[in-house]
Amino acid sequence: MILLLVGVLVLASCKKEIIDKVAEFAGFHKPANFPEPAYHFDTNPVTKEGFELGKKLFYEPRLSRNNTISCGSCHIQTSAFTHHGHDVSHGIDDRLGKRNAPPIMNLAWHTGFNHDGGVFDLDMQPIVPITTFEEMDETLENVLQKLKAHPEYPKLFAKAFGSEAITSASVLKALSQFMVLCISAQSRYDSVMRNEAGFTAEEMQGYELFKQKCASCHQEPLFTDLSFRNNGIGIGFNGDAGRYEITLNESDKYKFKVPSLRNLKYSAPYMHDGRFYTLDAVLDKYSTGMRYVQNIDPALDKGNGTYGIDISNEERVYLKAFLNTLNDEHFVKNKLLSE
Amino acid sequence: MSAAIAGLVFFASCKKEGKEPEFNRNDLAPLSIEFDNIVGGTNLYLNSTTYTNAAGEDYAISLLQYYVSNIKVYKADGTEYVVPQDCSYFLIKEGDVASGSALVNVPEGDYSRLVFTLGVDSLRSTMDVDRRTGVLDPASGMDEGMYWGWNSGYIFFKMEGLSAAAPVDGSGQNKFRYHIGGFGGYSAPTINNIKEISIDLSQAGVAKVRKERKSNIHLMADIAKVMNGPTILSIAANPTVMFSEFSANIAANYATMFSHDHTEN
Repeated sequence: MILLLVGVLVLASCKKEIIDKVAEFAGFHKPANFPEPAYHFDTNPVTKEGFELGKKLFYEPRLSRNNTISCGSCHIQTSAFTHHGHDVSHGIDDRLGKRNAPPIMNLAWHTGFNHDGGVFDLDMQPIVPITTFEEMDETLENVLQKLKAHPEYPKLFAKAFGSEAITSASVLKALSQFMVLCISAQSRYDSVMRNEAGFTAEEMQGYELFKQKCASCHQEPLFTDLSFRNNGIGIGFNGDAGRYEITLNESDKYKFKVPSLRNLKYSAPYMHDGRFYTLDAVLDKYSTGMRYVQNIDPALDKGNGTYGIDISNEERVYLKAFLNTLNDEHFVKNKLLSE
Repeated sequence: MSAAIAGLVFFASCKKEGKEPEFNRNDLAPLSIEFDNIVGGTNLYLNSTTYTNAAGEDYAISLLQYYVSNIKVYKADGTEYVVPQDCSYFLIKEGDVASGSALVNVPEGDYSRLVFTLGVDSLRSTMDVDRRTGVLDPASGMDEGMYWGWNSGYIFFKMEGLSAAAPVDGSGQNKFRYHIGGFGGYSAPTINNIKEISIDLSQAGVAKVRKERKSNIHLMADIAKVMNGPTILSIAANPTVMFSEFSANIAANYATMFSHDHTEN
């Protein structure tokens, strides 16, 4: 009798777990306070199987030459999918790259990828780390061969795309299905915008200052206007010319994609080469440390021969309080996206 | 009398074969366009042979590949047939017999002009990855990869080789590398090295495309022209040309390298 009862209880809890899991996968959902996404869902709709396959591939070290480096090696969820503490990342064989790993976050709204926007379709982005010497140093062809020879993948591809045939397109699209679901829209700021909570007085002051001094580039709700700008931090040691390398346009020299200000608590160090380890270092640069550099953004030209943004010490406290409301603990802990 | 009849029959049948069929877009027949890579007056042999450019530098070629696409044929009266784009992408690879010709199907007819693109057009370059199949698959080729991941787009023309004039590179070789691409840019305008090539077939032999035959347009691609003009290249001055303004010079050079040698009908 007791066994039967236990059996029923076990079954009941199992069933509940399964129901919960099925109910959890809701596909791509646009947060209420976000604009329409830019990603081409019509040619790659998100399905549970496609997403799960994409997640498995995201954490799959076989994408690298010697099967040691996966996307997740430099895009770590607890650091908002950046490379915690690394100014530039180290990839295969401890090779060093030249840029800071940007977060896999809200990419469904982005129109250009990588710091220089050299990739315009999210599906094509994984080709870069897979084939780059310092990152995974592999060829797509080898990746396809490894996946085809793997006992599990052919069936997973069949579930996701209806055929066991593993192609460049299906690998890339599966990865996109995972990436577009890496959405950060549950910060305190988002709750306030959706009228579910209110700012503290400090945060409110910070928000007002933010709108005055930062919002022209760090536009809500993505906290980037997705444009390419030179924010006056100065040319890096490696002379990285950013957007210029993609357009060969002199006026694009030293311009990089405006990063989002979401999840700064998790994503240090900052800037395209990770040169600032703290927010204070960034704000020091803007408030007192900025000098003219070729193509510095007009928004930073104070008009009197000096550059930067005036932020007093008091204002800095409020600003940081506001920026703190952009941190989304749910994003870094969301089991849906975890390895 | 029978000889005369035989003669009449003979002439009648000759005339029937030679007569151009009525142009019908639904009645397709095979046409091949052969790309014969040469260097000046001699054949191109990978690795083994040393050539000399106009700048006086000796060089050998280890790799030569280029995309041919968007093939169109024209009759003397101007009638145009455009090969459906999905069937019109070819990667010509020196050293690979199977990749030396573009095989298409066009309506039966006599064609006096051939037009093709050297490179990959901007529309295809921005299409969904599902439409990048065959030679357009970013996975195709290993070291011969013809796709730039970091600046989404195809390498239209790739030529590499060894020359004493080239400085020693990271791999310890005196190697020159020309990777020419650039479709004009997606979100911002940038270099455009897409070249449309028009070949007049009337002088050296129109292509008589018929269902029961395989017409072959034999083109010569004089690779010497890549370095020898209109802009004279010096390997020492430009051993590596990839995504840069200078690449337009090389594209302008290779746009002149095709000539029509003959047609086999």
